[in-house]
Amino acid sequence: MFCEKAVELIRELHRMSDGQLPAFNEDSIRQVLEEMKALYEQNQSDVSEAKTEGKSELIPTIKFRHCCLLRNQRCITAYLYDRLLRIRALRWEYGSVLPTTIRFHMCAEELEWFNQYKKSLATYMRSLGGEEGLDITQDMKPPKSLYIEVRCLKDHGEFEIDDGTVILLKKNSQHFLPRWKCEQLIRQGVLEHVIS
Amino acid sequence: MADRLSDAGDLSEEEEEEEEEEEDVLTPAELIARLEEAWLNEKFSPELLENKSELVECVMEQLMHMEENLQRVRKGDLKASVHRMEIDRIRFVLSSYLRSRLQKIEKFFPHVLEKEKSRADGDPSFLSPEEFAFAKEYLANTEVYLKAVALRHMPPNLQSIDMLKAVPEPCLDSFVFLRVKERQENILVEPETDEQREYVVDLEEGSQHLMRYRTIAPLVASGAVQLI
Repeated sequence: MFCEKAVELIRELHRMSDGQLPAFNEDSIRQVLEEMKALYEQNQSDVSEAKTEGKSELIPTIKFRHCCLLRNQRCITAYLYDRLLRIRALRWEYGSVLPTTIRFHMCAEELEWFNQYKKSLATYMRSLGGEEGLDITQDMKPPKSLYIEVRCLKDHGEFEIDDGTVILLKKNSQHFLPRWKCEQLIRQGVLEHVIS
Repeated sequence: MADRLSDAGDLSEEEEEEEEEEEDVLTPAELIARLEEAWLNEKFSPELLENKSELVECVMEQLMHMEENLQRVRKGDLKASVHRMEIDRIRFVLSSYLRSRLQKIEKFFPHVLEKEKSRADGDPSFLSPEEFAFAKEYLANTEVYLKAVALRHMPPNLQSIDMLKAVPEPCLDSFVFLRVKERQENILVEPETDEQREYVVDLEEGSQHLMRYRTIAPLVASGAVQLI
């Protein structure tokens, strides 16, 4: 039946309802595009036949094929757009640098979209207020306390805090640090908030 | 929390002078109250609300002032911690407000751009110039992407997509909680039809309701109700 491959693409994303990004399914997309090409060509020849030989009984088939073409277009764009939304969420979750495992799941054009999106967002954030702008990807949660206890999950080297002291972030070391400095590192998985 | 802002004057005499020179019509406490109202409204409204860039600018200025004052205070002073928390809280509210707006702009980008393009010159704008630029870039970026990956490989008559039809519009009929700030009379909740008489309510000051957003949208814009 027509459009099955296209619906499969949608189902693939629907299965991963937690926002994860599966690998870019280039194969399926190619198959759907080929199906569209075949349908279109069949319609082209039927349309000219109907016109020249007056075979109006071909018209329902032509309409049916056109519906399949529209459905395929809609499914493909829905698949691609939903992936873009997931990729957009990655910028807010991981920051500007994506983990390589995720990058492998993206096609070249998606990486390009991500780069453009990053740039747009950065330009916008820089324009806020007067001088340096405001990084609105920080402060994602309302502040509960000034300092928090964090444990280092991996070696991250030296880390400077506001009053000039330098902390060495070694794996498994625990520190009592200002919350606003740690937010990004916590999201990246370098530090872990210890709730005693 | 907003009361403590007036304590900012205690930090140094110089700062008190600065406050007198400032031409802000609002006191810092009023400014933050306004920010919180805008924040809640934007959070709970299904559509993008009027742009409040003046408010954003004033809050950012206020934050800068507070940061500067903090630098001058002796380290380890208890007041410094309290002020630090306050700065963090205000920054959170401001960031959350701007994030809400950006999310809605991205979610409804063709409609937002269309609305902005078709508004009359005198009407207040929904997007700041920077938000407008961001929305345009988002649209262009997405269109370029879809074309490059799929649309150009499709049959000639299917190579474009009408974004206004493809992207859903905000649902203005969703229900919102609200508190009435200024008394309103004769709000039309349900219009008269063949099956029912028209359903009209008066909104008393201080009362709270759960209603369709569409009914009270103009009241949110005018400040007569506050979404909660």
